[in-house]
Amino acid sequence: MVIARTLAIAVALAALTAPARAQEHDTPNPPMNKWSFSGPFGKFDRGQLQRGFKVYREVCQVCHGLKLVAFRTLAEPGGPGFTIPQATAIAAEYQVPAEPDDQGEVKPRPARLADYFPPPFPNEQAARARYNAVPPDLSIIAKARGYERGFPRWVGDMFTQYQEQGVDYITALMQGYQDSPPAGVTLPPGNFYNKYFPGHGIAMPPPLSDQRVEYTDGAPMTVEQYSKDISAFLMWTAEPHLEVRKRIGMQVVFFLIVLSGLLYFTKKKVWHDVKLHPEKLTPRPPTEYPRT
Amino acid sequence: MSGHSTYQPQNAFMQWMERRLPIAGLVYSSFIVYPTPRNLNYWWTFGGILSFMLAAQIVTGVVLAMHYTPHVDLAFNSVEQIMRDVNYGWLLRYLHANGASMFFLAAYIHMFRGMYYGSYKEPREVLWILGVILLLLMIMTGFMGYVLPWGQMSFWAATVITNLFSAIPLVGESIVTWLWGGYSVGNPTLNRFYSLHYLLPFVIVGVVVLHVWALHMVGQNNPTGVEPKTERDTVAFTPYATIKDGFFLVVFCILFAWFVFYIPNFLGHPDNYIPANPAVTPTHIVPEWYYLPFYAILRAIPNKLLGVMALGASIVILAFLPWLDTSKVRSARYRPLYRQFFWAFVIVCIGLGWLGSKPPEGNYVLFARIFTVYYFAYFLVILPVLGKVERTKPLPNSIADSVLLEGKPIGAPAPPPPLAKA
Repeated sequence: MVIARTLAIAVALAALTAPARAQEHDTPNPPMNKWSFSGPFGKFDRGQLQRGFKVYREVCQVCHGLKLVAFRTLAEPGGPGFTIPQATAIAAEYQVPAEPDDQGEVKPRPARLADYFPPPFPNEQAARARYNAVPPDLSIIAKARGYERGFPRWVGDMFTQYQEQGVDYITALMQGYQDSPPAGVTLPPGNFYNKYFPGHGIAMPPPLSDQRVEYTDGAPMTVEQYSKDISAFLMWTAEPHLEVRKRIGMQVVFFLIVLSGLLYFTKKKVWHDVKLHPEKLTPRPPTEYPRT
Repeated sequence: MSGHSTYQPQNAFMQWMERRLPIAGLVYSSFIVYPTPRNLNYWWTFGGILSFMLAAQIVTGVVLAMHYTPHVDLAFNSVEQIMRDVNYGWLLRYLHANGASMFFLAAYIHMFRGMYYGSYKEPREVLWILGVILLLLMIMTGFMGYVLPWGQMSFWAATVITNLFSAIPLVGESIVTWLWGGYSVGNPTLNRFYSLHYLLPFVIVGVVVLHVWALHMVGQNNPTGVEPKTERDTVAFTPYATIKDGFFLVVFCILFAWFVFYIPNFLGHPDNYIPANPAVTPTHIVPEWYYLPFYAILRAIPNKLLGVMALGASIVILAFLPWLDTSKVRSARYRPLYRQFFWAFVIVCIGLGWLGSKPPEGNYVLFARIFTVYYFAYFLVILPVLGKVERTKPLPNSIADSVLLEGKPIGAPAPPPPLAKA
């Protein structure tokens, strides 16, 4: 085992030098939050999703689309829990291109449940002309962002089921703005300093401020709360079937554990004679021994 | 064993059938009375697990193909459509994506088991080589499947890997253009990858049939590496191997379900949820975890052509293993030195995998080079020499001896045979 041990030490050494290197990049890891939808029993907090949706509508929507999200899903199980009339009313506030009329003209019409959130700009060029950048679509942003967990934390994540890198990152990003960059850091013109954004220069101005969105359920109207609510909402848009996935998962894993237990004892019973009383084995048809 | 079916059906129809197409007899002789060594441990259950994973991948893949659109403008959204609007589409896709990882995990365990117990040695060389071909086919299939969602990592993985062929002197560039079906990775590339991704699994099925056929010709190896000599050394496939394989398959499925239902994106990369964009290169292009050791070998070598050759050689060299290992003793149980080098090799493979996920700079490159040297030295120097110089431990007379005399010194008299030979 001497060789194996030497190599194990070499691997460990290489692993230990890695964090030192990671520090050089000076982007701090986002703090981990407590989410209602984390872990094996995770479920969305309906109130939080509705608040997050309000933040989206009053703040993010100006620049960011949700093109993969249909209005009907607002009222589907496992989502923010709007009623169908509520979702219909929300949809009607948006204008989408209608089907061509008799004259072949395409006019806007109010959206219906079957429609998807219309994009805030017609194409990337228009966005660039207006914002000097292309604001990404937010439909699956919670799964499209994340951060390196590094060894050995990623090993633990398999057991703790930590899958919230994306939402933690978004929450941190919303709160990571600093009025002036640290000494010695120059940003491209029009960019803002955000300590969690890779490279730190972000084109998006600080979107949230205290009291900006009015909550009616008593939740604090702070940037911190807004950040968490919008992140939770975006987790739902990214993974609309998260609740049913975890619920079925529990049933499947429970079933498999029981089945494997039963099979284990069946196996023990079947092999009992082989282990202890090989002479009791029924002779099998003659086969060719020895094999050549 | 093959050929001599002792299957005698009672049912008149089955008798009629057996004289025309002896398929029931084939199943009977291959999966019911087929003798398996009585001392197989749980590392021998991964063949069955791999068959299950192949079937699972094909079933989920065929259904996914019903909903997927292989077009650069539509592929990404069609996958999201599957995730959102197809009934249990999220389940199908997560099963398929994580299934690939489980497939590779099982294949690697299966291979390491073969290496530890010397399962590739005479007369199982062809069986082993068919396995190496299966690994190659899996690597190609998995890579093409990863490209299909047409996310950032899909696109850039396709770009990086196809570009490897440009290292070939003279014709490299032409080959790359031919692979792409154009002058960059584009719609023709996606279309042909989809076509091949659907085709190759059925090629895998064909080679699996050959693999199982070869296995049933020579019989299974076992932890002692001593061939079965009498009936006392074996048990019937059914019920003994069936129940054992079945039990461990279900245990393996718990792991599979854990990933699918609770951490379905753990093995993926966030960048692949960003639609492919040829104008934006991701900061780190990394392949899926199961390619990382090979990727590390590729990047450990500063010259592109030599790197690509090393990458190919790291897989092809496995096919020569039966002749590179010169030892007559199969199982590492009786090869104390080999056992150390084997575990070092396992650590090197895992270490290469970890280094493959890191940027190619500083100490990472240094370690990748050291490990790459060991990887090849293991096959080209250590195994050939070790077989000549190693003092192996005495082998048990038979499998039954090794089981029945467990704990007693080898060489003690064997218990009298309880079964009279028929």
